Amino acid sequence: MASFQLELVSPEKLLLSRAVEMAVIPAAEGELGVLAGHAPMIVALRGGVISVREGGQVTDQLFVAGGFAEVAPDRVTILADEATPVATLSKSDAERRLAEAEAAFASAANETPEKREAAMARVLSARAMVEAALAA
Amino acid sequence: MPSLKSLRLRINSVKSTRKITQAMKMVAAAKLRRAQTQAEAARPYAERMERMLASLGASVVGAPDAPEMLVGTGADKVHLLVVVTAERGLCGGFNTNVGRFARAQVRALEAEGKTVKIITVGRKGAVYLKRDFASRFVGEISFANKKRIGFEDAAEVSAKITEMLDAGDFDVCTLIYNRFKNVISQTPVGQQLIPTPLPEASADGGAQYEFEPTEEEILARLLPQNLGIQIYRALLDNAAGFYGSQMTAMDNATRNAGEMINKLTLNYNRTRQANITRELIEIISGAEAL
Repeated sequence: MASFQLELVSPEKLLLSRAVEMAVIPAAEGELGVLAGHAPMIVALRGGVISVREGGQVTDQLFVAGGFAEVAPDRVTILADEATPVATLSKSDAERRLAEAEAAFASAANETPEKREAAMARVLSARAMVEAALAA
Repeated sequence: MPSLKSLRLRINSVKSTRKITQAMKMVAAAKLRRAQTQAEAARPYAERMERMLASLGASVVGAPDAPEMLVGTGADKVHLLVVVTAERGLCGGFNTNVGRFARAQVRALEAEGKTVKIITVGRKGAVYLKRDFASRFVGEISFANKKRIGFEDAAEVSAKITEMLDAGDFDVCTLIYNRFKNVISQTPVGQQLIPTPLPEASADGGAQYEFEPTEEEILARLLPQNLGIQIYRALLDNAAGFYGSQMTAMDNATRNAGEMINKLTLNYNRTRQANITRELIEIISGAEAL
């Protein structure tokens, strides 16, 4: 099967750079499965799990808290705000983060719509993290 | 002529100073290596961010409702300078160079009749610039108790800048820091943050991207992130430069202490011999007088 170059970078380091067959990306408006030869796209990400497939098998799963992805026919670059392999996620960490995000959202109730939206995005991202941690 | 005892004391004190500077040099060298690796690890993200911004920004920049962070407020009246320095001294001219550069910038801008506001990151810059420009200060950030600079620290700085931009507190924002060229040379530079200077789109940038959600929404999220990454880069350069500069300074200090010890030891030996000769003469002339 044709493959493409997948790169996953966080501000602090380059996490992944290798040829893969398929990647499922948690785009802001729904999961996005990318194969080689995909039309060029730039998408925003929400919190969720990126799964990498090679040879019909899921070989890697990483949780990202948000970010961007640039899709080109021969490569995909993911700029993650923060990325952790799903296997190393801890449930208690994720739950603490969810509690924090929910508290921030509650206190942002009287703020501008943009701020409320940002807080909501944090809550959703934390929820996705808890789910990923439970599934791992 | 100083007494033998005082010379001995001085030699001992210079020796212990040399021990300290030598140890500091060693520590700085180890930390420098760590800071350099960290700076290198951050590079891929910045490069790819630049590429994405180039393909995205070009299409939005002409639009009438382009975000302020990209095109600025349109005015050029109030300048915000973000000055990044180290938290500690004992690093040669590292902090002074940035301070002097910043001071020249402030003077030049004010000579043109612009208003200047200053935010400092790092304790040393604050101390230096407060002497002349205390009235222009709008913020001070210090990471003195942090062992390692993380991206969230940079995000904290960029959040403050974004907040000020939203409040309309400035028109142009410039970041001043020491660019890390190599271990012995760091040069202070001023880098404009807002309006965002767009990187040139690459030659193969002909590909037409689709955007999801809209271009504006992505840009609204990408720009603050880009601001954060630029500041993160400056902080890392600052950290690496600081250790490089400290290492060089401590190396010089160690060498100077060595020279000093040699000189003092020579002096000590001469004095000692002079004393012995004098005592001999006294004994001999005493014996002759009998």
